Amino acid sequence: MLNIEIDGRQLQAEEGEMLIEVADRAGIYIPRFCYHKHLSVAANCRMCLVEVEKAPKPLPACATPVTDGMKVFSRSELAMDAQKGTMEFLLINHPLDCPICDQGGECELQDLAVGYGGDRSRYTEEKRVVRDPDLGPLVATEMTRCIHCTRCVRFGQEISGIREMGATGRGEHTTIGTYVQHAIGSELSGNIIDLCPVGALTSKPFKFAARSWEMADVASVAPHDCAGSSIRIQTLRGKVERVLPLENNDINETWLSDRDRFSYTAVNSGERLTVPRIRKKGEWQETDWATALQSVADGLLQNVAKQGADKLAGIISPTSTLEEFYLFQKLLRGLGSNNIDHRLKLADSRDDGRWASAPALGMPIKELESLDFVLLIGCNLRKEQPILNHRLRKAVLAGADVAVINPYDYEFNYPLSVRAVSSPSGMLQSVANIIRLLSDKLGHDVPEDVIPWMDPTRINQQHRALADRFADRNSKSALILGQLAWLHEEGAILRSMAKTLADMAGVSLGFLPEANGVAAWQAGCTPFSEQDKGLSVADMDAAEIKTWLLFGVEPELDAAHGGQLLAALNDADIVVAITAFASAGESYADVQLPAAMFAENAGTFVNCEGAAQTLSAATTPPGDAREGWKILRALAGYLDLPGFDFDTVSAIAAAVDAAGAPSPGYGMGSLSGYAKTEHAGGENLERIRDSLIYRGDAILRRCEPLQRTTDNPPPAARINPQQASRLGLEQDAKVKLMVDETSVETPVVLDQRVPEGCVFLPIGYLETAALPGSASVRLVRS
Amino acid sequence: MNQVLSQSVRDAITRELQKYPAEQQQSAVMAALRFVQEENNWISREAMDAIAEVLGLQPIQVYEVATFYSMYRLQPGGKHQINVCTNVSCMLCGSSEVISHLQDRLGIETGQTTADGRFSLNEVECLGACGGAPMLQLDRDYHENLTPETLDALLEGLD
Repeated sequence: MLNIEIDGRQLQAEEGEMLIEVADRAGIYIPRFCYHKHLSVAANCRMCLVEVEKAPKPLPACATPVTDGMKVFSRSELAMDAQKGTMEFLLINHPLDCPICDQGGECELQDLAVGYGGDRSRYTEEKRVVRDPDLGPLVATEMTRCIHCTRCVRFGQEISGIREMGATGRGEHTTIGTYVQHAIGSELSGNIIDLCPVGALTSKPFKFAARSWEMADVASVAPHDCAGSSIRIQTLRGKVERVLPLENNDINETWLSDRDRFSYTAVNSGERLTVPRIRKKGEWQETDWATALQSVADGLLQNVAKQGADKLAGIISPTSTLEEFYLFQKLLRGLGSNNIDHRLKLADSRDDGRWASAPALGMPIKELESLDFVLLIGCNLRKEQPILNHRLRKAVLAGADVAVINPYDYEFNYPLSVRAVSSPSGMLQSVANIIRLLSDKLGHDVPEDVIPWMDPTRINQQHRALADRFADRNSKSALILGQLAWLHEEGAILRSMAKTLADMAGVSLGFLPEANGVAAWQAGCTPFSEQDKGLSVADMDAAEIKTWLLFGVEPELDAAHGGQLLAALNDADIVVAITAFASAGESYADVQLPAAMFAENAGTFVNCEGAAQTLSAATTPPGDAREGWKILRALAGYLDLPGFDFDTVSAIAAAVDAAGAPSPGYGMGSLSGYAKTEHAGGENLERIRDSLIYRGDAILRRCEPLQRTTDNPPPAARINPQQASRLGLEQDAKVKLMVDETSVETPVVLDQRVPEGCVFLPIGYLETAALPGSASVRLVRS
Repeated sequence: MNQVLSQSVRDAITRELQKYPAEQQQSAVMAALRFVQEENNWISREAMDAIAEVLGLQPIQVYEVATFYSMYRLQPGGKHQINVCTNVSCMLCGSSEVISHLQDRLGIETGQTTADGRFSLNEVECLGACGGAPMLQLDRDYHENLTPETLDALLEGLD
């Protein structure tokens, strides 16, 4: 510990700390533009100049390490003079356009100009004008305002991992931009808006919408991924205008993914449903709540009486709240059905009996940073969970190594030590081969149930490298299964093998749940019950379900087996859709009940580490739309179900037994009884299913700015170029994809990242939604 | 591997890389830009992207360096580059006469290239040869103590 003095205050500091860090901790404000606590020190704005005793000239506080006995004066004449001088230079080229600048009112330059700027300018020459680059649909630019702090440049280099912005030119001709016109593709790009101390980079969807000081500000949680980033929702006269990150060092630090930052745009979507609607003779008719609820209740009761409760099923979106989950399952169970699920991405439910508790990360999110080795199986972490990926990236920069076993060669923003890319069935073989190598290494017997999937002739260098890494008991390792593992047609086998491997290696096994999935488990929104197990989402299509209750979902787009569910929904007697959007389920629903969505409803969000946080309502739902829990409570009243007398969300939360943090409770089980699938080859390609970052739920699909990013390509069947030439297909050729009798048409995109023998066809596209989920599809030119 | 860079440029980059530690490939970026310019007379966007690929950098990192230094030519120019110093010493010793003589003779302004593509005329900052002011740099060589006669002789000797 060192002792220093700043402005006469005695302070303690660590060796190696910079002056500005010590001052910040003590609450002594030193003005700055380029310094940011999560970025490297650039010391190029010179705003933080302070006087240090015995130093001949002012020193930048952000780049001056503390020394014992140092005496610092941040507001002495010398320091103030230096700061004022810097300010005068910065303002020389800065336009005086604060009245039309979105940053106005929350601008660091504006604030400091009040404190350090002169009241008139001595500069009479011409100001610099800079041409604006187009950075895509999210970030607006006005580069004439730029003061060259380079925070956005350093963010690209250090945090997002792709350096897209740069400082080109020299001296007065320096400009910040991409040099070559292109939209920035980072999934964290919105953060440069927050980082920019001036109005050079602002939010495009928020452009000219409101002033920072006139908006109301509510702390909440982002619902689209399993991190549950802390956010601030800002509203003006009841309209959600903006979402900003709320600093939370356990989860998102000061960052926010673009998905969480811009998903609010769907709240103001023109597709919102504002009144209950009933379909009569094929026509949608608007009605009032009493009529709608009565008709739903009558329909549900009649059908259950006629066909039995086992022909009733309910699917709820994993972005719902704990309270909504609880009432949803309580309502369905009250009607006698256990066919309840939220696991839309689950393709293979054969291992349902093995879950002792919610699938979860199995460690605090923060701890990802301290791992030495991580194997990701079926996981495009960067786009699935941008905030978790950032933690893992930090681990890699600190020396950790990350390996993947994936069905598509995803681009990561850090180097991977092993990149094992193979077909979905090849992934099973890879894990099995690693188990074999590891059991040899550790002197264990080769687990017999895994043997059918092993192929010693196909053991490669990657398998050996991974087995070696797992054999190293001195490193802190983890095995994490991502979204592609849920979407894997033989996911049960993959999970079982991953469990075997993790246990054998003695490492932590984690799963990435869908959004608020942990809360769904805690609230019982799964088919499991003590007496009887109902149907998982993956099995509902085959059970001739005639009565459906949908909550915030579009199963044809959200689910791994969307095609089957679409057919079942089209064939159903009654489909009740509780939804925020009129277009959700419009083609097959019989009743639509208008629901509140994120930013309009309160509740509890439990993230993948088990931390429960409170979602707050920042505004009220439009028109007659109501919070989900109120709709479910009212419907239960019409159904005469007991136990729904809740007046507040907190009363519901109290009713949910959320005892303790959930740990990944995946039990050991044998693979005997599971058959190994053979793949036909030829025109039959293995299907790789993914759910792309901005197509993952009903809200995201209605976020217009996100839909226009480069991460949202048009629907296409991606195949390997070699494969394509063997099949006689060229880029953009129209093909027919067939599963049994159903077929869809889509263009082909040649993509080196797809392994041979496979077709990469994500879910979430209306154009291809009718195609049933299956292990393989036939692909022919149409 | 990309086709934009010639084999000889790629070989030269490989040799240059041996001067730096393995994780410091970025250090070779200035030399790589120079190799390309020496061979092609200028540096295209494609060539910068190719250098980024070879050195494992993001393209923007190459653009930054290339745009920072005025001696990297990012537009095609004349076969011969005439860089006339107009800083203090040269200005006092008559660099403006040098410029106007060259402008008359070549029929172009500074910053332009002759129609036959032979000469580009540039005004540059101090080249550190004040002892021989006024001076210019013709391609890689310095020519000092210039007069209209020596300038004519100089240009006549070129193809």
